[in-house]
Amino acid sequence: MNFLYAAYGVTWLIHIGYLTTLLRRYSRLKKEIAELKK
Amino acid sequence: MKKFFPILGIITLALLSYALYEALVAAPTERTMGEVQRIFYYHVPSAWTAFLLFFLNFVASIQYLVGRKPGANRVANWIVIAIAVIVCVAAYVVPPPEGVERSAIATTGVMIAGIYFLIRKVFPGERADILAVVSAEVGVVFCTVVLVTGPLWARPVWGIWWAPGDIRLTSTLVLWLIYIAYLMLRKFSSSGNTALIAAVLAVFGALDVPLVYFSIWFFRTQHPQPVIGGGGSIDPRMMQVLMINWLAFLCFAYLVSWSRYRLEVIKREVEQAQGMQDLMETRAR
Repeated sequence: MNFLYAAYGVTWLIHIGYLTTLLRRYSRLKKEIAELKK
Repeated sequence: MKKFFPILGIITLALLSYALYEALVAAPTERTMGEVQRIFYYHVPSAWTAFLLFFLNFVASIQYLVGRKPGANRVANWIVIAIAVIVCVAAYVVPPPEGVERSAIATTGVMIAGIYFLIRKVFPGERADILAVVSAEVGVVFCTVVLVTGPLWARPVWGIWWAPGDIRLTSTLVLWLIYIAYLMLRKFSSSGNTALIAAVLAVFGALDVPLVYFSIWFFRTQHPQPVIGGGGSIDPRMMQVLMINWLAFLCFAYLVSWSRYRLEVIKREVEQAQGMQDLMETRAR
């Protein structure tokens, strides 16, 4: 059972980790756009 | 698409929750492996999604390469049509592998051609390159899931985390490394030809996908036989849960890919604007 929950947990950890990097890249781009507009 | 994004997001979330319930609670427990077999409902759909994304990367890379010369584009179109015709004819002439329907092979041939022309229409020129980056990146995420859930399933069932030298396992790891190399190249290369070099790498890298998929058909391996064709069999209820999970993962992959695609488009626009600004500043001096 532990292996089962570990597998499901790690899967979502990987996906959430990737989504977090996407959000970070979005916010960095937003900053760059704001600087360009100045 | 922007308008439908929240709706699709809610549908995907509901589908993922339902798929999780089906996988953990509703699906029947496998007799020999027990509860740990339920890893299958995440492991297999993740692998199929990764293969699909790498296939999109392959097609988009070819589009990008042939799109640079109009003559090559025309030749590529005819080659794709010829491949589809050959696959359809071969499906009914050559005896198919055990458990595989002739119509399934013919449909695959037609679908490959269909996807090629669809991508050509929807993602012309530079957009094909953007699709290639996006599909490789999201594909690597799904392939990582496969490489992590595989050993977590193998340890209680086989008694080992990894079977060294096993062709299915090794070729999957090589596939992952190829696409990691592809992404590294795209991130760190400052050459003006990065997109071109990456597209060539992607075309050769994609050759590993059929090797991974068919390795369990043609080689002796620790890995079980495929559940669709190739001698493996599955309970109909388990197959239903598998398909629900795959559909949920496909929707999720689509949403993530779409977000990443938008990000890449904006990033390239910002880079272009920064380049223009730098040029204007240099001229002003």
